This record gives sequence, C-alpha cells and structure tokens, in this order.
Amino acid sequence: MSLNEVKIGGMGASRRRVEDNRFIRGKGNYVDDIVLPGMLHMEILRSPVAHARIKSIDTSAAWDMPGVRLVLTGEMMAARNLAWMPTLSYDTAAVLATDKVRFQGQEVCAVIADDPYIAKDACGKIVVDYEILPPIVNPVQAAAPDAVQIRDDKAGQVGNKIFDWEIGDKARTDNAFADADVVSKIELHYPRTHPSPMETCGSLADYDRATGKLTVYLTTQAPHIVRAAVAMVAELPEQNIRIVSPDIGGGFGNKVPIYPGYVVAILASILTEKPVKWIEDKTGNLTSTGFGRDVYLKGEMALRKDGKILGVRMNTISDHGAFFADAQPSKFKIGLMHSAFAAYDIPTAHMFATGYYTNKAPGGVAYRCSFRVTEAMFFQERMVQAAADDLGMDQAEFRRVNFVKDEQHPHRTAFGFLTDSGQYEKCLDIGLEAIGYKNFAAEKAEAAKRGRLLGIGISTMTEPLGAGNSREYDILGIKMFDSAELRIHMSGKAILRTGSRGQGTGHETTWAQIVAHELGIPADDILVEEGDTDTAPFGMGTYASRSTPVAGAAIAMVARKVRAKARKLAAHLLEVSEEDIEWELGRFYVRGNQERGVTIQDCAMAAYSNMPDGMEPGLENVAYYDPPNLTWPFACYIAKVEIDPETGVWDVLQFVAVDDCGVRINPMIVEGQIMGGLTEAYAMANMQYQTYDEEGNIIGGNYMDFLLPTAWETPGFELYEVVTPCPHHPIGAKGVGECATVGGPAAFVNAVMDALKDKGVRNIDMPLMPNRVYEALTTGKDIYGMPPVRSGN
Amino acid sequence: MSSLYEEINTPPASDIPVRRVTINVNGEARTANVEPRLLLAHLLRQGFKLTGTHTGCDTTNCGACTVLFDGRPIKSCTMFAVQADGHDVQTVEGLASASELHPLQEGFKQEHALQCGFCTPGMMMAAKALLEENLNPTEDEIRWALSGNLCRCTGYQNIVKAVLWAAEKMRAELN
Repeated sequence: MSLNEVKIGGMGASRRRVEDNRFIRGKGNYVDDIVLPGMLHMEILRSPVAHARIKSIDTSAAWDMPGVRLVLTGEMMAARNLAWMPTLSYDTAAVLATDKVRFQGQEVCAVIADDPYIAKDACGKIVVDYEILPPIVNPVQAAAPDAVQIRDDKAGQVGNKIFDWEIGDKARTDNAFADADVVSKIELHYPRTHPSPMETCGSLADYDRATGKLTVYLTTQAPHIVRAAVAMVAELPEQNIRIVSPDIGGGFGNKVPIYPGYVVAILASILTEKPVKWIEDKTGNLTSTGFGRDVYLKGEMALRKDGKILGVRMNTISDHGAFFADAQPSKFKIGLMHSAFAAYDIPTAHMFATGYYTNKAPGGVAYRCSFRVTEAMFFQERMVQAAADDLGMDQAEFRRVNFVKDEQHPHRTAFGFLTDSGQYEKCLDIGLEAIGYKNFAAEKAEAAKRGRLLGIGISTMTEPLGAGNSREYDILGIKMFDSAELRIHMSGKAILRTGSRGQGTGHETTWAQIVAHELGIPADDILVEEGDTDTAPFGMGTYASRSTPVAGAAIAMVARKVRAKARKLAAHLLEVSEEDIEWELGRFYVRGNQERGVTIQDCAMAAYSNMPDGMEPGLENVAYYDPPNLTWPFACYIAKVEIDPETGVWDVLQFVAVDDCGVRINPMIVEGQIMGGLTEAYAMANMQYQTYDEEGNIIGGNYMDFLLPTAWETPGFELYEVVTPCPHHPIGAKGVGECATVGGPAAFVNAVMDALKDKGVRNIDMPLMPNRVYEALTTGKDIYGMPPVRSGN
Repeated sequence: MSSLYEEINTPPASDIPVRRVTINVNGEARTANVEPRLLLAHLLRQGFKLTGTHTGCDTTNCGACTVLFDGRPIKSCTMFAVQADGHDVQTVEGLASASELHPLQEGFKQEHALQCGFCTPGMMMAAKALLEENLNPTEDEIRWALSGNLCRCTGYQNIVKAVLWAAEKMRAELN
C-alpha cells in the first residue's frame, strides 16, 4: 500500500511549523538570548554628523570609568590592519573611522564593558573633535563639478562617481525608437528604504586562546560567507572559525552583509580573551546597516499604434552612500536591474546605469528582493501604465498584447535572461475576474457621486529568483550554488543539514517535506538543522529567494542519492537483482509482486546491520546543486483604492494577488510569505522610507520617523494560485518569498495614479503619503521625492 | 564590578545605588537588587533569564517587549524595574501550563501567525489582555488591540485569525 503523501507531511501538505513549538513558548534562541560565562558587552559610538574630518579623539574619560575593559578607535584598528574591510562589491568600507566620517551614524569608537549600561555611559565620555565638511545627499550634488570628494581615501578615485555600466543593444534600440508611432516616457525615484527586521543585528564573539578557536554567534543569513570573510579579514585559519547563526528575528536582506560591529566584537574578544556581545539598537540598525533602493529611474518606450512595444530605454542613477557595499553578483554593477520587462515580448532594449557615492549610509542590499529586481519591476510596471495611458489603451489589454505567451518559453528577454515557464494571461484573467474589473467603470462613477476618486492598479511581472547558475553568478568570486547533507539513522529517522539559513521562512518544516516526498520518511521523523558552519555543508545562504530554488533542489538531489543506495539494500534484502525493484513512496517492491517489499526504514536498518558484502556501511550522502537557470515565478497583483480628495488619504478597497511560484511545497507557508511581502509593499507605497535633510541628517532613523504599518492600517489580501511547474527544478518549485514585495508596490501606486489620471498628474514618488497625494491633486503637478527635505518636514 | 545586570544577587559596588525589588513574575515572587535605571525588560531577560520577552526598538514602538503589568499590556523596554516593585508581571513563559498550551499559543501555530517569532511573545501578550476583557472580539477590535505591536513577516492577517481561533476555543471552554 502506497503511503498518503499529505498524511506523512510531504509535498503539498500545509504542515504546521516545527519551529513554532519553541517560538510560541518564548523559547527561541536569538543572538541576544545567548549568555556565555564572563561575557562583556560592546557599544558603538556613532558619528552625529554626515561628513567631517576627525581632528582628534579623546577616550581617556571612557577608560577611567569603572567597568570599562577596552576602548577601541579607528587608529587602534588600523594598527592591526582592521580599520577598513572589503565590501561585497569590491570596494572598501570603514570599520571604525580613521580619517573622516562619511555618514551620520558611522561607527567611530567602540567601548567594551562589564554591562551595556556602562558601555553606553562610556561612549558618552568620548570626545571627538570634528571639522565639518559639506554633506552630499543625492547624486546631483555628488556629480557637481565642485562637489567635495567623499572617498578621498581611495587612490585613483576621481569625483564621486562609482561606475558607469550599460547593457543591451543600443543601435537596435535607437532604430526601434526611430520607427515608433508613439514614444512614452516616465521618470521617478524609488526612495531609500530599510528592510528593518524586528530583531536588529548583533553578535557574540568568543575567542579561546588555548585552542585558537573563534566562535561567533551572529545574526547572519549567510554564515559560510561570514566564515570565509573572517578568515580573509582577520587572517585566522578557517578551520578554527565557527560561525553560528541561531534563530534570526527577520532578515529581508539586512543580515547578508558583514558589519563593522561584528569585526570589532571579534577583535575585542581576541584582545580581552572574553566573550564580547554586541547588540545594535534600532537607531544603529536603521542608520548604518544595509538599506534598500535609492535609485532614480528614467526611461522611454517605443510603441506602435496598435499597442505593440517596439523597444525600451532605461537610465538608472543609484545612490550608494559612503561605500559601494551592494550585496550582488560580481558581474553586475546594478544587480539584476536588467531583468526589467522580462514578462513582455520586447524586441530590443538598452540600459545605462551610473552609481554615485553620497554622505549616506552604505548598503544597497536586496531588501526582500533579488539584487535590485524590485526597482526594475516597479519601473517596468509604472512605465507600462504610462504607455497604456499615452496610447489611450486599456491597461489590462496593453499587458495582454505584449505578454510573453505560454508557448514562447523558454524565452530570451531583450536584456539576455532566459525565462523558464509561465501562464501570464491566465494569471491576469483570474486577477481581473476577482477584482471585478469589468464593473470598475460603473463603480468609479458611483464613487464620484460621493466625491471620492477610485483607481485600479495592476502589476504583472516575472522575476529571476534563485542565483546562480555558477557560470554567471558569484559573490566575490565564490560561485553561487548550495548544498544539503542527509543522514538516515538506523531507525529510519533522519537529520538534514543545508547551506541555507531560515529566518522565519520555515526551513525546518518545508525541508523535511521535500525529504518526505522523495523518500516517504514522515516529515516528523526528520530533524532539520542549519546555520552552524562546523556542521552544515558549505552554502551561500538565504537571500534573493534562493533557498527553495537552490538548497531545496539540493535536498531533493541528496534524497535521490540516498534512495539509490537504499535500492541496492532493498535488492539485497529481497534477494532479487536491482533491476527488478520498483519504488513507490516509502517502499521498494519486487516488480510484478507488489506485496513483496521492504520499506525505506527496513533499508536504513540494513545499512547498519545487514549490508551486502563489499558495500560501504551507512545511509547518508551530500549533494551540491548548481542550478541550470534561475527560476521565474509570475505574479499579478491588482489594487483597488479610494482617495478622499479633501485629505489625500487613500484606502485599499480590495487587493487581489495571483501568484504562480510553481509547485508549492507547503501552501500555508507560501501564503504566509505572500501576505508578509504584500504588507511590505504596502508599507513602501504608503509610508515607509528614509530621506535626508540638507545637513545630511537621516530622517527615518527610528520608529517614530520610519513608519511601519500596523495591524490597524494593513489591508486584507485575497490570494489566488496558478501552478506552472519549473521545468528545470527537481521538484518543480520556484522562489516566492519576495514576489509580493517586488511586484506589490506598483499595484498600489498604479491604482492611486489611475485615480488621479484626470487631474493631469503622471507621477508621485513613493511613499504616497496623504500630503503628497493632496498636493498633486490640488496642483495637478507631479511630486518628486529627491532629498534633501527641509528639516522637520 | 557589574551593575547588577546579569548577576542580580551579587553585592553591588559601593558607588552604585541599588534597590531591592520584589516582583511577582508569572505567579512566583522574584527578588533582585537593581540599579534604579535598569529597565524592566532587561531585568526579565538578563536577570530572571526569561528571554521570551524581546527588545526590538527601545522606544515603545514595536511591542516585542510587551508583558502584562497587573493584567494590562505594557512595553517593558520603557519601564524601570523599580517601577514594577510589588506588582504582578506576566510574560510569555507564563502562558502555557505544565501540561498544555494557552489557546493563543495553539491558535498562533494553527493559523500560521508567526514566521521569525521575534514579535510573537509580545503579540500574544497583547492579545491575551484583549481576550481577558473581551472574549468575543471583532476583527477590528483585534486589529486595534494589536496596533501597538509591529510584525514584519506575516502581514497580520493570520495573527488576527489566530486571535479569533483562540477566542473561539476559550469561549467553548467556558461553556
């Protein structure tokens, strides 16, 4: 009798989460929960100004405080060659400032003391004499010929430009524009925002001089990358470095980079020979760690009268802050920005990208997205809406005309990606039906009688998730693949370890489901363990929705390797040749005699007690998976909003999400990911951003200024699914964790802009706060969100 | 010398003013010598080793540190430990009995109301305060009661469902 896959918690089961058992009891184990004997506490003194030369630092009063064990300055770091560290984009970033501070919130000194209260007090006793320099808060200021040079530390650096980069076919695109009936244009700013996980960053470094072993408990989404980086930067032998990523209180890309606090805490532990804990406060997290976005996007579309898109031009100017620290594959300067328009059949495209240094926090992390895909898709969908409006064409119909058709996959995009599969029109149709698109005009007219403005906004996109393949994707030269190791115990229970790291994403639950699907071992019998570099196989970690596409595939592959050996054991137990063995879930049987069989558990026991002569004992294996392509999920998000023209406040009347992420391992978790992502999309569209004033003060450095939506204002979301299995993934799955954050914002913004269409307004930059909407509504002018803002505004 | 941050019962250094407090935590009287400026959240976490109460923002915004103070939800990151002297504090660790989970804990798991788990203890404590006053809340009443607690992963929809789930179970248990 074959097992019921859903009953054993296999693929497709909305299995309740294993990790919840500790979280609901308050028994999670986050970095700040870990206490080691004799542990000291570190606090960082940050720069209060955006740009200044450091004339002197006096730490004597801090040293004099009882309970202070160590005060570290940039000079002391420099003496150990640790004042600067490499970034993930081949630049350098200051660990503790030596020459200048280059953004408000930059790390200047660190105090290590008996408790964090003393450490904080002692930071207040440090006197830093700053010579203020003019701050630069946007790329226009950075590019000015008389602009002060921010990175005067870099040999060969001229001005503040970091790079020029281009991709696509310029000549062919120029021709397309020459042939166009209509050229449609749009220009916008995707504002700086912050992933802001609830848990800030932190670490607990423990160096043992007797053994030479360094153990660091660290809030990281990619523990193995940290191990490699620590080996390089601290020049410690890699086998003596153990990075443990315990429970992570949300990451969203913020916990990919290596931050100065980690490096300083490691050095402090080496110098004091005591464990040193550093837990960042919220302002430290918001003002110094990896932000997302901050890109100025401009582009135009060449159109034929009948609605066909002939070509696209894109121009991006990105603001990277003081250090070029984007977490992205080496090959690309502006991430996967060129994944824009992948859902549309466009003959030719060209993109030109420029990046600048400014006196703002460094980062450019992929905030719940794959390397700038969010900006790409937002621009794409805003451009598509503008083009449909310019043609006087229905926005849904315009998309339908230009979609890549189901049978065109695999489809080479104008920028060179290869999409794998999808049913775009089907998703759109489900979305239109659910939102009541046909009746919208009547609804709008009815609302107008009440003095309200109604708008409907569509966002349809496919995005590349799950880097690599290793041919094209690497980070600092390390190829992007992932791994899984599976050990079956003699009782038929198992332990699975991977190179990925869950951060609320349910790996402990879903990874076991993949093994259950492949081997028929009940998911409850499989322990999943991640995050400890001493035990987990090497992997590139969890970000860019790569866990299921890459580590998830490795899990299926390692289970298949184990099954192949189990088959030999089954043949031995059943006394037939291997060719005469058939497999059904959880069980091998003799072909033609289904009654005569052995379970996978029987095979496991045999691997330890009754293996055939000459066979290596044990039942375990490891798989490294290098995907042939990225996975290409599709999403159709539609928002219906109502604006109160007297206040500029807009409410979401209905939101429909149709997601096709291929085969769903655990539908409950997939839906949870989508709802969470849509909430972050709503946040960005409505309230959540960081800007700067003329002096370089950050606005959005705490939760009073940096607004996150609560349960009260977050709208409800209606979810629908389409399943197009990924043709190259072993279990047909695609990434999903970020689709909603990537595709969602354009649905909200397009809806508000649709409502304002008759007012002569073409664009309001996010976030669409009531004051911006009201101003656009009453003046008929676009609202452009480039900093600086006036202080207190 | 430590200012009583971790070693709460060690004698203080002479120059640090301390006060002895007794707090009824999850039904058990706990005492500690604390500096007047020690925050309640830190006493719970480091002093009493009840690390289920999390500190997220230090500014009373995020609600990860929510505990019940004489039955009412408060943010323990902006209350001094000395203010809790003689009072009753309930934390997430007090939700379950030895043998069974609180209906909110069950509901949160059943309805997939948590992902990273960092906001969860505070969410459940805020929800507990609501259900103690109103065992039959509407969705809006739940959303309002939880509006002082931020969640970054779930989008709240399932949290609301979990509270409804728990309310239903608690009503059934009453009958």
